Amino acid sequence: MSEIALEVRNLTKIYSNTPALKGISFTVKKGELFSLLGPNGAGKTTTLRIITSLTKASGGTVLVFGKSLNEDEKIVKRRIGFVPQHINLDMELTVRENLLIHGLLYGMPLREIKKRTEELLEIAELKERGNSKVKELSGGLKRRLLIIRALMHSPALLLLDEPTVGLDPHIRRKIWGLIKQIQNSGTTILLTTHYMDEAELLSDRVAFIISGEIIAQDSPLNFIKKLGEYALDIFTDTGISTHYFKNKEDAEKALQTHTTYSNHVTLRKVTLEDIFVKLTERHL
Amino acid sequence: MRGFWATYLRELLLLKERFFRVLLSFSINPLLFILAFGLGLGKDITISGRSYLEFLVPGLVAGSSMLQAFAINVEINVARFYLKVFEEFQSSPISPAGYVLGEVFSGITRAFISTLLILTIAHIVGDIDLKIDPLFFLITFLNAFIFASLGVASAMTIKTHADQTLITNFIITPMMFLGGTFFPIENLPEFLQPLIKFLPLTIVAQSLRELSWGYTINYEPIFILLILSVIAYMIAIYTVKRAKD
Ligand SMILES: Nc1ncnc2c1ncn2[C@@H]1O[C@H](COP(=O)(O)OP(=O)(O)O)[C@@H](O)[C@H]1O
Ligand SMILES: [Mg+2]
Repeated sequence: MSEIALEVRNLTKIYSNTPALKGISFTVKKGELFSLLGPNGAGKTTTLRIITSLTKASGGTVLVFGKSLNEDEKIVKRRIGFVPQHINLDMELTVRENLLIHGLLYGMPLREIKKRTEELLEIAELKERGNSKVKELSGGLKRRLLIIRALMHSPALLLLDEPTVGLDPHIRRKIWGLIKQIQNSGTTILLTTHYMDEAELLSDRVAFIISGEIIAQDSPLNFIKKLGEYALDIFTDTGISTHYFKNKEDAEKALQTHTTYSNHVTLRKVTLEDIFVKLTERHL
Repeated sequence: MRGFWATYLRELLLLKERFFRVLLSFSINPLLFILAFGLGLGKDITISGRSYLEFLVPGLVAGSSMLQAFAINVEINVARFYLKVFEEFQSSPISPAGYVLGEVFSGITRAFISTLLILTIAHIVGDIDLKIDPLFFLITFLNAFIFASLGVASAMTIKTHADQTLITNFIITPMMFLGGTFFPIENLPEFLQPLIKFLPLTIVAQSLRELSWGYTINYEPIFILLILSVIAYMIAIYTVKRAKD
């Protein structure tokens, strides 16, 4: 029991007759980075908003470190840090002022707020911009500030909603580094994303979520092992057909065979995208 | 009361950010009223043996502190619908009571800035000095408390910014004009008087006028304003609790 950071059971959410969540269940272990991976409209944000008490669930239970959302709302809120999908910083205030207000919201003493602010600015490489107004920061810096703001009160569970959406590749990498660093410092992380590469790179475990349902969950490595680590894409007139192989020799043999018939064949490593395509063709 | 300091400090920092713009925008309306009505139109008018300007200025204090306190709804709307910073508050472990009190105090702060500006302008431009005592400020405080609470409540209840304009146009502006601010309510038609008499703004305007003219007031109006403050505050807390989807 004490090994579980977050337990979500049969969570449902209905927005005026349209179901957004149809009873999803998953658990996140302490220290783990767990991802909800799915397309737009799958219900990822809804799930996080329920966990942060921003939205009321229609049914089901959420336990955060064994505490119920409804019964111990304040205790639960204090242990959670939330990084929303849309940047909701105070644009007219400075970086430090944004962090100060957050610290006060979580009842931190001023001295601690000061200390933590400098620590986090260091980690996010924002020290020189500490007294700049947020509206003067670039998109990537705003995103980093958004993340460290959620860390001000040292939450045990960090919720990240699509943390790299709309960022350029270099900045995405920086954010990924920051996220891994946060996990390594002992924080449990629940992340949502629609980027397959992001989920594969960062997650200990992944749940595929589509139309309010989790259709499969496992570690990226297990998913890939089950399907086969090697994929052979054969381009035909009607599209691509992909074959999966558990070992490299078989894959290379197949590659040779197919190359004699066609020029458009590639051998590559299997990614989560393959898993997604496989899972959804079965589910559609 | 967790959340009071975070809320109040945030609003103060925003206020500091635009301090000079705020001073200018708070000054222009009272200045125009004092010039146009107090000096221009009301030059030869006396009411109860006082110059019209002496009648007008306490009313302006009442009306402007109401308006400026209520106007915190604009900041709250921006935080809620545009910046979405309000969600940062909703997901934090603060109490609605603390949040509301923080917003209300920012409304009271704005009301006091406005009051001091009016008294200064009246002194410089109109050359009048009213008698200002602690009770004068207590009543202004309660006036701002009530309307800042209602400002929070309306910001939490509306769904779009257009609704907000509607509320202001249909409730706040009529009260500003009819609530004993610009003329004695006895001049209004008989059938309107019972209604107007019990508007909080009327009570505030009349009490401030009596105090600033050097009369004493009894405790009845203060008592009524206190009760209205508590009720408005409770309504505001209720609307904050309900503002979830
Ligand atoms: N406030 C809302 N009112 C009505 N429908 C909503 C609301 N928020 C989300 N939805 C719907 O719920 C579904 C899931 O949305 P969301 O959780 O935002 O998905 P995701 O974050 O995975 O893109 C979508 O179909 C969306 O249109
Ligand atoms: Mg989303």
